[in-house]
Amino acid sequence: MEAAFLIEKILLVVVLFVITLTIAAYSTWAERKVAAWMQDRVGPNRAGIFGLLQPLADGGKMFFKEEIIPSGANKWLFIAGPSLALLTSFLGSAVIPFGQSIELFGKTVPLQVTDINVGILYIFGVVSLGVYGIMIGGWASNNKYSLMGAIRGASQNISYEIAMGLSIIALLLVTNTLSFKELAEQQHSWHWNIIYQPLGFLIFLVCAFAETNRVPFDLPECETELIGGYNTEYSAFKMGAYMFAEYINMFVSSAVMVTLYFGGYNYPFMDQVNALLGPTWGPLVGVSVMFLKIILFIFFFMWVRWTVPRFRYDQLMDLGWKVLIPLAIANIVITAIVITVVDKL
Amino acid sequence: MESLSGRKKVLEQKPMNFWERMYLPAIFRGMAITFMHMFKKKETIYYPEKEREFSENWRGMHSLKRDEQGRERCTACGLCALSCPAEAITMIAAEREKGEEHLYREEKYAAVYEINMLRCIFCGLCEEACPKEAIYLDGPIVPADYLRKDFIYGKDKLVEQPITELEALKAAQD
Amino acid sequence: MSLFYLVAFLSILFSLLVIFTKNPVYSVLYLIATFFTFTIHYILLNAQFLAIVNFIVYMGAIMVLFLFVLMLMNLNKDTEPMKSNLLKIAGVIAGGTLLVTLVSSIKALQTSAVATTTNSQIGLVGNLGKVLFREFLLPFEISSILLLSAMVGAVLLAKKDKRTQNG
Repeated sequence: MEAAFLIEKILLVVVLFVITLTIAAYSTWAERKVAAWMQDRVGPNRAGIFGLLQPLADGGKMFFKEEIIPSGANKWLFIAGPSLALLTSFLGSAVIPFGQSIELFGKTVPLQVTDINVGILYIFGVVSLGVYGIMIGGWASNNKYSLMGAIRGASQNISYEIAMGLSIIALLLVTNTLSFKELAEQQHSWHWNIIYQPLGFLIFLVCAFAETNRVPFDLPECETELIGGYNTEYSAFKMGAYMFAEYINMFVSSAVMVTLYFGGYNYPFMDQVNALLGPTWGPLVGVSVMFLKIILFIFFFMWVRWTVPRFRYDQLMDLGWKVLIPLAIANIVITAIVITVVDKL
Repeated sequence: MESLSGRKKVLEQKPMNFWERMYLPAIFRGMAITFMHMFKKKETIYYPEKEREFSENWRGMHSLKRDEQGRERCTACGLCALSCPAEAITMIAAEREKGEEHLYREEKYAAVYEINMLRCIFCGLCEEACPKEAIYLDGPIVPADYLRKDFIYGKDKLVEQPITELEALKAAQD
Repeated sequence: MSLFYLVAFLSILFSLLVIFTKNPVYSVLYLIATFFTFTIHYILLNAQFLAIVNFIVYMGAIMVLFLFVLMLMNLNKDTEPMKSNLLKIAGVIAGGTLLVTLVSSIKALQTSAVATTTNSQIGLVGNLGKVLFREFLLPFEISSILLLSAMVGAVLLAKKDKRTQNG
């Protein structure tokens, strides 16, 4: 029993790892395609049909390029930076339920690596840890642009974490649970949390953009001012690790947003579909729905990137501290009042 | 102060109203625009397979012309080299021998004629300076290369193909 | 139990490294590692909520700020303050008194049997919340007022002085 359990979990981890890597790799391709389409171009189309082999080509390029460690850099921390960024970006996906329990070979397998009862806080902790990769890498580069990027990254992440946490608290008032599994089960068929928490979702979305360092909040890397910010000195695969970490972060935060606000693997009329397809194929439909939603969110990330210009630094801080935090607090108060009134009625 | 041209426009910057300060409507409008662009016709021309038409006054790679009988027009007067602001053209003149009348039109011809394509700015002054109508910038784009020395184009690349060879080529194609 | 000893050894090792490394940035990084081992300790003690809060607040926020400040200050050998003998003697005396106090207080302490928690659910968010908001409501609120006053003080310090700005 113990061994079977271990094997099941290891298999799940490996599958999830591969899926995450694939999605991250193809996000780089999709990003370039989406950018091209929005600018009336065609994008990568030479490597394979529709340029589908482009991620492989890019990966090969990253692998075989010369690695340069600047002589003034702190060697160990210089290597630790991108490794840490990649590591922390992977950690988040462990608690996300990708589907209902599925029946495989006469066994019920939950499609979630682990369900810890403080799952949302865990995600929060992992996100807050993610900034270390940027900070350590930026500092170890021994370059003022990198240092500026690192410092911007740190202050931005800390500022937006507060608003993010407050927006989640309002959600928790509605759902009464910190476990992702229960959260997903509560949003059965069409009872998605977005209906109860539209403002909270908006705040969370903006903060997710800031936490993943995506445009319009990409001030830590900011090509025009900081020539790449924290990855100025990075080359070859370490640069690739940072880039990959960004795309994995995007995938994980999309998955978190889908699970928190958009019903996770739930979709309308899922009971009828499940009854029709049985306990093996029914949950698989849910899994594909989940991934469809995630891909839509990743597309949304890209769509915003190629539309909205970057914030100025003081605007970023103003938005975080003077707009989002008061809004989130107001959201908590309103939610609390509504819940109390509804309970009394 | 009154502006001298009378075309000065004073723009008044009004303070933003509530919706404008929200950013969101403007962001949504922008996102709608970029979304619409996804379905527009792509402007890309697939370059190596398809080439865009050049304009009439396009100046590309040089070619040294031949006359109706297939003889080289250039007489190595050096006016092109003199007029070249980038000093990209060099040549060595030689005298025409007996029996070479079918090759060179004038009694003097360019034995070596080199254009450094890295120096050339494609201004077309050589074309205008030439008294014999021997050089024209009517070729395609100069291709890329790896070594500097490969950008110095000699007569092998510059002179037009002889008419007889061209005809033979055409015959072979037909 | 062996896991406990491993983690305890690691936390002592990292905290010693915090003191003994010369580079302040390394010190902070080792401190982060120390806090991480503390998180594991909390999990071993069945206090998941405390573990995760320790993780978020100390590792995720406070240490980031520490690192932030150290990176901005760019400490190196040139900026190190003078180490006079007087300072060293003062340090030794202060450390010695602390050691004496600690040893005597440990001696005075009566060791009890190892407390075993019968309820493994005690560290969950719901139970902790019930305890905090029912039995310890007053201390909880008072500590929140303390934090609020600290926040007000910080805002006041950061605010621009109108007189100096105009003048």
